[in-house]
Amino acid sequence: MSRGVLATDKRGIRELGAEKKVGWDEVPDGVVLNSFDDRVGNVAHVRPEERPYSDFSSFTATVASWRVVKPVYNRDVCIDCQNCWVWCPDTSIISRDKQMLGIDYDHCKGCGVCVEVCPTNPKSLLMFTESIENEDALSQWPEKKKKEK
Amino acid sequence: MAKKFELNEVEVWDGNYAASQALRQAQVDVVAAYPITPSTPIVENYGAYQANGFVDGEYVMVESEHAAMSGCIGAAAAGGRVATATSSQGFALMVEVLYQASGMRMPIVLTVVNRALASPLNVRGDHSDMYLGRDAGWIHLDAFNSQEAYDLTLCSFKIAEHLDIRLPVMMHQDGFTTSHKAQNVRPLQDEVAYKFVGDYKAVDDMLDFTRPVTHGAQTEEDWHFEHKAKQHKALMDSRSIIDDIFAEFKELTGREYKRVESYMMDDAEVAMVVLGSSVETAVLAAKELREKEGIKVGIIAPRSFRPFPFDLIRDELDRENLKAVVCMDKSAPGGAMGALFNEVAGALTSTENRPMVTNYIYGLGGRDFSVEEAQRIMREQKAHADAGHITTAIQQFSGVRGPKLGFFETRRSK
Repeated sequence: MSRGVLATDKRGIRELGAEKKVGWDEVPDGVVLNSFDDRVGNVAHVRPEERPYSDFSSFTATVASWRVVKPVYNRDVCIDCQNCWVWCPDTSIISRDKQMLGIDYDHCKGCGVCVEVCPTNPKSLLMFTESIENEDALSQWPEKKKKEK
Repeated sequence: MAKKFELNEVEVWDGNYAASQALRQAQVDVVAAYPITPSTPIVENYGAYQANGFVDGEYVMVESEHAAMSGCIGAAAAGGRVATATSSQGFALMVEVLYQASGMRMPIVLTVVNRALASPLNVRGDHSDMYLGRDAGWIHLDAFNSQEAYDLTLCSFKIAEHLDIRLPVMMHQDGFTTSHKAQNVRPLQDEVAYKFVGDYKAVDDMLDFTRPVTHGAQTEEDWHFEHKAKQHKALMDSRSIIDDIFAEFKELTGREYKRVESYMMDDAEVAMVVLGSSVETAVLAAKELREKEGIKVGIIAPRSFRPFPFDLIRDELDRENLKAVVCMDKSAPGGAMGALFNEVAGALTSTENRPMVTNYIYGLGGRDFSVEEAQRIMREQKAHADAGHITTAIQQFSGVRGPKLGFFETRRSK
């Protein structure tokens, strides 16, 4: 099984449980939800995209429906400091081998913490309205600010 | 490995001690408790067994009953056999978490020692706490004496943990009249008791790291109803499994339990429906009345308050010879008829023979319920039967000082 790690891979297009509304006789006892479809040994050493996440995991389902502003990531300015990765409360910053890859829009709630903690000048992450295309957002990126004397 | 506890064939135990011995023999993994009168000795004794090496489990001291039941849920979700005890105000504080325990299908055993609810503050026994939890989705068993408190606590584990039930069980006994009354109890030896209860079978345990699960999910209008329906189905379906487990217990001990206990009902003209330690009072009163006055009185005592034995109550009361039934509620009814009255009357709406049903509120805050008072009420039922209609108010109070208190008149002529 291989799933992508970026939002563009459309891994989280489902609303949780919306596809198959089963009856009372088919719901799990005690509202117990399995994270995986199969057993997984040593799970800490298996990358998220390689785990058999079930439909009931928020990995497969989007939980970002209420976002109204989104962070947009600019690779050209980023210095891979990992500040945003550390601070994101929804583990929605995707990084591999300490290299920043982008935003997981299926789980990002648009809180803006990543933008706040970004140390570059100009910032490598900026908040834009949800409806704007990322390419358009990138074309509007501000210039480097001069230090005020 | 826990040490064996030497037990005589007959011990003199009060209800609290009996329940704590059953907890010890079941080898509970986690007891999270916040002791409260009159159930304090159950967890106090358990703490002593744990400290002295008679149990291998953990005893978790917590800051409230809310935390006690929360701890029990955590331990049960982790995959352990779990039990605790409470009463009255502690029970009330626990209520929020009781609903969570049943909704999450955690097979927790709660030994409840029934006590009145404030205000006015009162430590004596009535069924206010039992009634407070009756819609919480738990199985409720009721013990009428120490022996039953011991037997039914052992059965509670087996019922709760049965793979087709997986629901928490409350084992009720009356505060003081049962919990603090020393009586002869015939316990099982440790290995026999444990073998009856069996090893704990974990389901969806969080300590299984190869299969991570989420417990306690939120559901809104699109899923909540289905889960509650399934939970109710499990509670209703537990009836036949409880019967099977009681049968297995009888096989082992010779002591028979039924979801509805009945005494002298075959030829009964009047009947009293009653719970808790008052059952023995009522049986004694009825036997005497039969001998001395020839009044044919029978007694019905729901052993499982939940699931409510609608079917068996109906079977017991649908008799041609039965004319009048009185339901005894030991809990302030709060502006309604007593719960037992309502449920028994509900069961009688679909019977061929529909005896007259009346309601007594009695014994609040530990007010004594005497044989004489029971007989007075039974004679009153006989008067209803002879007159062919209810000759008193439908709801009355037994044993309260002051002017006679009664509500509602009958609209039936016979």
